[in-house]
Amino acid sequence: MIILGIESASMVASVALVADGITMAEYTVNFKKTHSQTLLPMIDQMVSMVGLELKNLDGIAVSGGPGSFTGLRIGSATAKGLGLALNKPLLHVPTLDAMAYGFFGTSSLLCPMMDARRNQVYTGLYHCESELEILKPSCAMDIRELMEEINRQKEPVILLGDGVPVHQVVCENCLNVPFSFAPAHLNRQRAASVAALGSVYLAEGKTETAAEHAPDYLRKAQAERELEEARRQGKMAELAAGHSVGTGDNS
Amino acid sequence: MESRDILILAIESSCDETAAAVVRNGREVLSNVIASQIVLHTQFGGVVPEIASRKHIEKINQVITSALAKAQVSLDDITAVGVTYGPGLVGALLVGVAEAKAIAYGAQKPLVGVHHIEGHVAANFLKKDSLDHRPDLEPPFVCLIVSGGHTHLVVVKDYGAFEIIGRTRDDAAGEAFDKVARAVGLGYPGGPKVDQAARKGNPHAIEFPRAKVEGSPYDFSFSGLKSAVLNYINHAKMAGDKISVPDLAASFQNAVVEALVSRAVQAAKEYGYDKLAIAGGVASNSALRAAMAKACQENGVEFYYPEPIFCTDNAAMIGAAAYYEYKKGTRHGWDLNAVPDLKLGER
Repeated sequence: MIILGIESASMVASVALVADGITMAEYTVNFKKTHSQTLLPMIDQMVSMVGLELKNLDGIAVSGGPGSFTGLRIGSATAKGLGLALNKPLLHVPTLDAMAYGFFGTSSLLCPMMDARRNQVYTGLYHCESELEILKPSCAMDIRELMEEINRQKEPVILLGDGVPVHQVVCENCLNVPFSFAPAHLNRQRAASVAALGSVYLAEGKTETAAEHAPDYLRKAQAERELEEARRQGKMAELAAGHSVGTGDNS
Repeated sequence: MESRDILILAIESSCDETAAAVVRNGREVLSNVIASQIVLHTQFGGVVPEIASRKHIEKINQVITSALAKAQVSLDDITAVGVTYGPGLVGALLVGVAEAKAIAYGAQKPLVGVHHIEGHVAANFLKKDSLDHRPDLEPPFVCLIVSGGHTHLVVVKDYGAFEIIGRTRDDAAGEAFDKVARAVGLGYPGGPKVDQAARKGNPHAIEFPRAKVEGSPYDFSFSGLKSAVLNYINHAKMAGDKISVPDLAASFQNAVVEALVSRAVQAAKEYGYDKLAIAGGVASNSALRAAMAKACQENGVEFYYPEPIFCTDNAAMIGAAAYYEYKKGTRHGWDLNAVPDLKLGER
């Protein structure tokens, strides 16, 4: 069973081939160039390096979000295009799940966090002692609320992801459980984790068609949020003015 | 299917239409699928880039699969994959570019990136259907490109070879349509709404200014006209006068059409070309088509125009442009990026 893993949710561009329980190839770049320029050439180089025929792939695992909206879509469109051309299933692996899965065999609480700006992080809480256990699924939350939630777990925690350098001081000031920051080879997204978790999904039959797949952004577009806010305030103003608000479409 | 036929699978996602098409030999449209998001963006009064990008990713595989199915071909039959890589909304472009690259890579087909506006020009090469026996348009010719984002007057010297002789100094013609439509409550998108309202109006009811750009006879300027229309509306409102929307729409449209037609026909004559084509979303405007046909006939110039469905953003036109690029030997690498401000004629 050969799985191609694609990871482009953050600054990291990473691709990997996982075959029958072994990482056959992995190519990770965390540099300025855009994923649009790097991702497919990286796949091409990796595939020719190991002499793989694309038709022998069993599935395409893609880091499905949350993350940079544009980054996610480049990975997603790449996976969808390959899935369409090769007629292969897609495996939608939540980005933060794959980050935690890199810590297989650890007894600590795992907290991947990605900078989501406005004092928020995309995060989740995990155990991964013998298998990935999701304590708190992917979400966007305030960094201080996250610290309180970790403290309530009352166990040592490993923090990782590009949210760490942004919020390191908050972490150090707020956490009252033992904590550590993951080292360089483990503290960012890696496509081998995506592909490895994807192969578990494939074995479980958790597949998507290439047509179905779309990223999970966990956040609405700004224009949608603003429109909802405007409608909400409009309704409140109407209520305040004593008008009744209908429940039908004409409200 | 003849084995020497060249089939392009074309993909377009530069704004708010997700589109795919299969085009044979640059002229014959075997399929042309467009998933429009217009209803979705109407509530925001214009295209929201992030929402457009999200919808592209949700729809793109279905649109491509449908284009192949309607053309009754498989990916194996395709010669090359063509895709719009600029100009446009960067996030929207990136979806089509990443998808097209992955399909071309997965199916082991060459990749040809296409300039969106060159695609609009190439819409003039497309046959309406198998019964369309109009003579094929071939370069050289003069082309007026008018859309929501562009107003260009160009000489098409050869396939994919452009000389820009005029452009707008401020607003694009389509942009002026959108703003005027919004100001009189016709809504978005402005072009078709103004066109429709104008049919019941008098184009000479209100005299709006026709701007000329000093020293550049083929350049356009629409911001003065737009301001004049907005001022007219404000004055009427303050005076308590009722505005005739049909008259205003017709008079505004007439001013735009006159500016476009006079320069285009003048350019064809002065540069010595006997063929004139129009392209872009505004090229489906009925008043522009009628005025251009009349002026061309009076001046002994052959007038070419795409079918309305090929004027709007679509992938068939990208397939036509990609075909001529492919024939010239243009091939793009797997590192092709979206270029939101790609200049016309730039490679």
